[in-house]
Amino acid sequence: MQLIFEKSREGIGCSILPPCDVDTVSLSDGQKRKESWNLPQIAEVDISRHYKELVKRVHGVNDGFYPLGSCTMKYNPQINEEAARLSGFTGIHPLQPENTVQGCLEVIKELETYLCEITGMDGMTMQPAAGAHGEFTGLLLIKAYLMAKGETNRTKIIVPDSAHGTNPASASMAGFDIVNVPSNEEGCVDLEALKNAVGEDTAGLMLTNPNTVGIFDKNILEITTIIHEAGGLCYYDGANLNAVMGIVRPGDMGFDVIHLNLHKTFSTPHGGGGPGAGTVGCKEFLKPFLPNDYVEEGEDGLTFVKPANTIGRVKEFYGNFLVAVKALAYIKTLGKEGIPEASTNAVLNANYMRVCLKDTYDMAYEGICMHEFVMTLEKLHHDKDVSALDVAKMLLDNGIHPPTMYFPLIVHEALMIEPTETESKATLDHAVEVFKNIYQTAMEDPESLHQCPKTTPVGRLDEVKAARKPILKYEA
Amino acid sequence: MNTPKELLYAKSHEWVRMEEDGSAYIGLTDYAQDALGDLVFVNLPEVDDEVTAGEVFADVESVKAVSDVYSPVTGKVAEINEELLDAPEKINEDPYGAWFVKVTDITDKEELLSAEDYEKVCEEEA
Repeated sequence: MQLIFEKSREGIGCSILPPCDVDTVSLSDGQKRKESWNLPQIAEVDISRHYKELVKRVHGVNDGFYPLGSCTMKYNPQINEEAARLSGFTGIHPLQPENTVQGCLEVIKELETYLCEITGMDGMTMQPAAGAHGEFTGLLLIKAYLMAKGETNRTKIIVPDSAHGTNPASASMAGFDIVNVPSNEEGCVDLEALKNAVGEDTAGLMLTNPNTVGIFDKNILEITTIIHEAGGLCYYDGANLNAVMGIVRPGDMGFDVIHLNLHKTFSTPHGGGGPGAGTVGCKEFLKPFLPNDYVEEGEDGLTFVKPANTIGRVKEFYGNFLVAVKALAYIKTLGKEGIPEASTNAVLNANYMRVCLKDTYDMAYEGICMHEFVMTLEKLHHDKDVSALDVAKMLLDNGIHPPTMYFPLIVHEALMIEPTETESKATLDHAVEVFKNIYQTAMEDPESLHQCPKTTPVGRLDEVKAARKPILKYEA
Repeated sequence: MNTPKELLYAKSHEWVRMEEDGSAYIGLTDYAQDALGDLVFVNLPEVDDEVTAGEVFADVESVKAVSDVYSPVTGKVAEINEELLDAPEKINEDPYGAWFVKVTDITDKEELLSAEDYEKVCEEEA
């Protein structure tokens, strides 16, 4: 299809402006652009068709099954959207007097209360824009706390080798050095290796639990104790909270700081560029370091306050506020009973698929999983030259979005499947059948998988060329 | 798998070519480039940086993942192969021509393997 720039025709437009009824002013030469904008000139009807055409070429949760591991691509209920479109939320200005936006501040405070209850934290900021930004903010809290105590020698953040790539990246951004600890055979943290890694230079540990291979680390209390006894703090990456919300709390596992991906766990749309929300929670002793614009009860209602030792603002004002509105709508819709039920169904769905597939594909780890499971296609790759990528491409031909591929790095030819709680048994059964058919094809006609996908708007893309010679900008 | 006899190898899949003047060239083995797949990015140290045997000195990125490259020797980076920065595919095309760095002032070495022993390590991994 053509780019919108290629559809542009000189002189076509889509605005009918009324006559100007105020005085016009001219900008001085220094304020004027030297070149005109290179914006497409196109009629409204053609813009509409252009985007509709794009919509037909993508796959979203509304199009079909989307088991992208560690991304929690659950369905986004319409009631969330309805709440987020209320004019009292959309028509506000960030600099409006506080007494005119009490409802909005109430949303932030109420959401904070619920999220603290779900996670076992004492305070939260809604400012961070998404997960990695939340990690960065959380690490700044740890850093500020250690600095305030004068413990400037604590410069190392411990990260297990199964962690999301963002963990070491965020720690590095926040000025820490990274220490990697290996996983044991069960895919969990190797306690001996952890004990050897901690010391007087330990600032903290970053961990997801359940971890990236979908296993709940049963040694979690021992892990957080090892870190605390060494004088470090424990950071919880909320990427996998969907497996345990309302059932076990990171705060009770010994974590001091967490981030939540509201756009994953609390059902707001994601995957198309956002916006997301990387809400950060902390225990009482870290609250004085939270970012500016923390909402508290004042003399005349709710008000923004600047915590005593704040790390400063990490984003403007309310953060991605409408994401918070959607998350609150989701929590209130599900209620105290529905929240844990969502988690148990997510775990049940993952285990159902895992058991249905375990005699066909090799599982990376034995036993019951949490909300996701990891398969290894190493044998298939070795015997039939069919890689995880080939299987992913054939899934596309069956109207299914591929699972996460080649992650975590400790599993070779990995496919990581997270069905989420919002899928029915019928959908899961269909997906299982598709996976089994693909395996059959790989056995009988492995070469044909190298040609997939065949039915999508574009065939197999040249990922290497896209990475080596990326074209990121339209040039006529 | 191509494993030239005149080179030495580290278990972490780097090759070392020892020069007569005591310096060494370091690169990634054929086995490593094949396992990683098409490389799209390489990150090299700077000239005069210190490298330490057994520690990371560079990284390479394929469409699948980023992987660390370990230094088999301790010393000082005298030269880097700048050509790789713009053309990481050279590592796939000619792994033993595509040296990463030249190291001088070498004070320590890892236990390096002969081509024969290194091939055995690869066979065990495969």
